[in-house]
Amino acid sequence: MTPILEIKGLHKAFGGLNVVRDLDLVVNTGEVVSVIGPNGAGKTTLFNMISGIYEPDDGDILLDGASIVGFSPEQISNLGVARTFQTLRVFLNMTVRENVMAATYGATKTRMWQSALRTPAARREEDEVRRRAEEKLAFFGDRLMGYRWDQPAYSLSYANRRRLEIARAMATNPRLLMLDEPAAGMNPVETHEITGLIGRLREEAGYSILVIEHDMHVVEGISDRVIALDHGVKIAEGAFGDVAEDPAVIEAYLGYGAATK
Amino acid sequence: MSHIGVDRWVEESGDRQEHHTGWTAPARRLFDKVRPGWRLAIFIALVSIYPLLVSQAGVRIGITVLVLAMLALGLNIVVGWAGLLDLGYVAFYGFGAYFYAVVSSDQLPAHWPTWVSIPVVVAATALLGALLSLPSRRLVGDYLAIMTLFFAQVFVEIVRNYSRLPGVETDITGGPNGITGVDPLSLFGFQFNTFSRNFYLLVALLALLIVSLHHINDSRTGRAWRALREDTLAAEHMTTPVNRLKMLAFAVGAAIAGLSGAIFAAVQVGVFPNNFLLVFLITVYAALILGGLGSIPGAIIGAIAVAFTPEILRSPGAAGWLFYIGVLALLLVVLKQRARLAAVIAGVVAFGYVFRMVALGIWDETILGTANDTLTGGILDGWLLILGEHQDVVTNYAFVLVIVGVLGVIVTKGWWRVAIFVPTIYLAVFVWENKLALQPSVTRQLLFGGVLMVMMAVRPQGLLGTRRVEIT
Repeated sequence: MTPILEIKGLHKAFGGLNVVRDLDLVVNTGEVVSVIGPNGAGKTTLFNMISGIYEPDDGDILLDGASIVGFSPEQISNLGVARTFQTLRVFLNMTVRENVMAATYGATKTRMWQSALRTPAARREEDEVRRRAEEKLAFFGDRLMGYRWDQPAYSLSYANRRRLEIARAMATNPRLLMLDEPAAGMNPVETHEITGLIGRLREEAGYSILVIEHDMHVVEGISDRVIALDHGVKIAEGAFGDVAEDPAVIEAYLGYGAATK
Repeated sequence: MSHIGVDRWVEESGDRQEHHTGWTAPARRLFDKVRPGWRLAIFIALVSIYPLLVSQAGVRIGITVLVLAMLALGLNIVVGWAGLLDLGYVAFYGFGAYFYAVVSSDQLPAHWPTWVSIPVVVAATALLGALLSLPSRRLVGDYLAIMTLFFAQVFVEIVRNYSRLPGVETDITGGPNGITGVDPLSLFGFQFNTFSRNFYLLVALLALLIVSLHHINDSRTGRAWRALREDTLAAEHMTTPVNRLKMLAFAVGAAIAGLSGAIFAAVQVGVFPNNFLLVFLITVYAALILGGLGSIPGAIIGAIAVAFTPEILRSPGAAGWLFYIGVLALLLVVLKQRARLAAVIAGVVAFGYVFRMVALGIWDETILGTANDTLTGGILDGWLLILGEHQDVVTNYAFVLVIVGVLGVIVTKGWWRVAIFVPTIYLAVFVWENKLALQPSVTRQLLFGGVLMVMMAVRPQGLLGTRRVEIT
């Protein structure tokens, strides 16, 4: 198995607070890796460093063997890393279809003057982008289909906004998809759906996936490998069953001594 | 899988939005029914016959409207689409105007042909726009606004005070006196030396601009602008080079402003620092916001409304019409029930007769003056009290009472509102006929401000804008 993402000795501090400490992490091609840990464990900070919002203080992030440290989010997304956000960040006042189409900017070439004149090339690319967006939206069954395409994103329910964010991330043609709590705020039925969806994202769309998730049913259902963080340190790694029973993980969640009771 | 019952409410929300309600509904339905291409064709046709119907002064006003429309369209790119609050926009307009004036007058002296000067001016202004977009890389919202406001102020100060270039004898910008004797535009030997010719030139340019912007809005670039307005960080993660797009928005907006400025300078045959003050920036913003931020037809209609209204208000008769129509429109908007509307109108009529009777009973007919020669003078005789003596004092008090009444209308509901409306409207008419109709210059500003306020209260998203949602 070839690693698509390799993180070596990653370190990040905000002032005196060490948020991520000496972290090593590998995501192999075609793998689904879950990152778990209590609130404040540094999971989202890890995502923010991979996607280019923060620059790590130390360590290296390798995508296909090449370092992406110091790259902007735009460059990293163009290299094939897409993400969703824990707090939803869809483009609320754009239509559902436009949200997804907007994510194809980096993969398209039409210049502004070509758009202004609506040249044949611009038209062709526009049709192509539209088709691609609709294809991504179709991935979610009838949840984001039909009449919803032309609705503003703010009219969507919470769960559908999450789906839209995933569709938008898919439109950037990623190889590594990072999902920050995809099941947060969803009801049990929708949570169950998300589990199936992440499986399909790997099988049908062929992405390698890195997930932050708190819902252990989801984590159990999707993960090839689970990595547990606490206070920025990796405390356990392995199959779900092993990590779930790891004393360090139980202590991190339930407090000192909980594992031995 | 059945769609029925999934969430009908959401499914039908579009229909609810499409189904316009209220007194503007027929107009908006009609507007929606016409396709954008035809809208433009109808607009151009109507605009093109305008100069045939009016005097030279009317054509001159038309030019003002068209220049304002172009500026509003350019500003819409930066503010409406890219969401960057640019208060330095008027500087680009001024820069274009001054640049053209300097290279087309005895100032240097240089008299560049139009086919050279216009492209150079537009390119230079775009470059300036790109340069001044640099703060927007780090600043957004209020901070960017303050920064760009500084540019606008600096431009006027430079033009006024630092007008000499090393090695050049004369004032480049002419200081406070500005530049006069600017060449008219001229293409292929055709001189744009009359108002009408410039008017049609502007119509053609505006049509081109509308089509181009309409296409750009619905393209990769337009979507990227709106995406960065909605959420810059998310846009950046979705492969959008946000800094480059901010720069592009500034540059394109500035280029349009530069072109408008150059044409303005040519039409006015001169440029003066006072043409580019903040007041004018506010006018452009008023046009854009009134029409609806983010909407192309909105920017045009806003420009027409903002530029024409003060002109209409110049004549007391027309101002009177506008006043009464405004009062009626306000009633229609505020009182949605017909019964209450009828009650208010009947109440105002009755109130007038009773008020006049009581007033004449207490004092006598000697307090009466002659009705002003406004449009409505004849109709209102016998109902309205037109004062002779003490007019100033009484109307000043009445004016204050009107404001109190308006506040009362705002804070009350239901029949209380109806009850307060009756004396307030009577007093408003009283103040209008006794005082304001006699002072058109003051009234004009007052009414214009009132029109804008009412508009924004009724439709915060502007005439043709769509309401934006910012909750998550």
